Amino acid sequence: MKRRDVLLAAVTLLAVWQAAAMIVDLPILPPPLEVLGVFFRELRRDLLVHFAVSLWRVSAGMTLSVLAAAPAGLAIGGSKKLNRFFSPFIYLLYPIPKVVLVPVVILFLGIGDMAKIVILFLILFFQILVLVRDQASGLPPQLIQSLRSLGAGRRALFRFVYLPASLPAILTALRQSIGTAVAVLYVTELSATRYGLGYYIYFKGSTLLDYPAMYAGVVAMSILGLGMYFAVDWAERTLCKWKFVG
Amino acid sequence: MIAVRSLAFGYSLQPPLFHSFDWAVKRGETWAVLGPSGCGKTTLLYLLAGLRLPVSGSIEIDGERLTRPRPHSGLILQDYGLLPWSTVRENVELGLRLRKFYGADGKHAPRSFQPKKSVEYWLERLGIADIADAYPSQISGGQRQRTAIARTLVLEPDLLLMDEPFSSLDAVTREDLQALTLSLCAEQGLTLVVVTHAIEEAAVLGRKILLLDAPPNRTAKVFENPTAGSAGQRESKTYQELCSRLRREMQHETA
Repeated sequence: MKRRDVLLAAVTLLAVWQAAAMIVDLPILPPPLEVLGVFFRELRRDLLVHFAVSLWRVSAGMTLSVLAAAPAGLAIGGSKKLNRFFSPFIYLLYPIPKVVLVPVVILFLGIGDMAKIVILFLILFFQILVLVRDQASGLPPQLIQSLRSLGAGRRALFRFVYLPASLPAILTALRQSIGTAVAVLYVTELSATRYGLGYYIYFKGSTLLDYPAMYAGVVAMSILGLGMYFAVDWAERTLCKWKFVG
Repeated sequence: MIAVRSLAFGYSLQPPLFHSFDWAVKRGETWAVLGPSGCGKTTLLYLLAGLRLPVSGSIEIDGERLTRPRPHSGLILQDYGLLPWSTVRENVELGLRLRKFYGADGKHAPRSFQPKKSVEYWLERLGIADIADAYPSQISGGQRQRTAIARTLVLEPDLLLMDEPFSSLDAVTREDLQALTLSLCAEQGLTLVVVTHAIEEAAVLGRKILLLDAPPNRTAKVFENPTAGSAGQRESKTYQELCSRLRREMQHETA
């Protein structure tokens, strides 16, 4: 994918938005330029704070889930015994839509940031766990045997084989779940908080009926998702160079 | 150098592959282990590498009973042995990095190890210096095996164990690497054990050939092949005769 093509697509989408706004011609669909103006105005007021709060929640959830799921996935994928024991549990828990647990988690953890971070954690945890586990258990046995014959024990296998092999899986899992994570973030921020982009969008749209500001919130949320997407792409290009050669 | 004594081995729920099997390899010999698939030849190599342990009996290398991979043995497998995320150079350095990782603990790495020759020397010697910064996915099968050989020789082994090392390569590359392997063994004074299913490869690489039967293997069937690897061997009459003899033996076994 070329950068120029991405830019071209972005311009096209903005044109479609502009056209739709002109056709609909209602306050509930302001044109992009107006929204952009409001976006920068709101940024100087409180939008930046809401953005920062949302960014903090989603990054905390992501970081925690990688820190917990990657080692767990490596351990389960690297050991037949652990895999046999845990796989039925993962099989049952993985398909449960974690977003339905929002009310439950809020009941247990209260209305602070913790509840929101835990929900994001739950969603990302299983995605990463499953991908890393499959990556680790799918490594060719010849690779493991070669390393063992060079003197590698369990610790060295983790350091030199399982860890680098699981990096792409972690990044793939993150990329796949960014969309869900941001969507769920929005849902969790609808209630029990006065900060975050979800709250901001809902409050501007439904309470204040300030539609351009609401769209500014939508733009901010899109930038959040897109930014994380780019970050993962960049990490993959830097950390997994071998994936992009040949 | 290698003493296999009344070895018994089998995988659970499967008939045994070896039963009171005896075999001996002297230092500096080059052996080919030949047999049809399922005869246990790869298993024998894994046993020699210390990656599997005998059910009963013993394997001694240099008088020491084998209970784990031995730092002075090098193992080269058919494929997938290289780290796909590391360059050729990093792969060749891998053994050294592993030794550094554990330190000279006498278990994963020898107590004292000072490599006499550098990684650069081996990259040059194996003809892979030009592609040292390429990843395994970018190079040919022959270059990958050269990398695997370099990685092993950096650690200065005295015993080289190979499992079908050249069977996925084209004929010319294969013959090149067979010749290279033999000259490296002579140059470094290595003992060589190569497992193969190809009669011609066994006849080229093994001054001695161990033929394995349909399991369980009880006695070591050994063929002498003193002209292995010599110039013009492939055109000689003794080579042709040996090949047809081995072929008859193998057909007889599987019949």
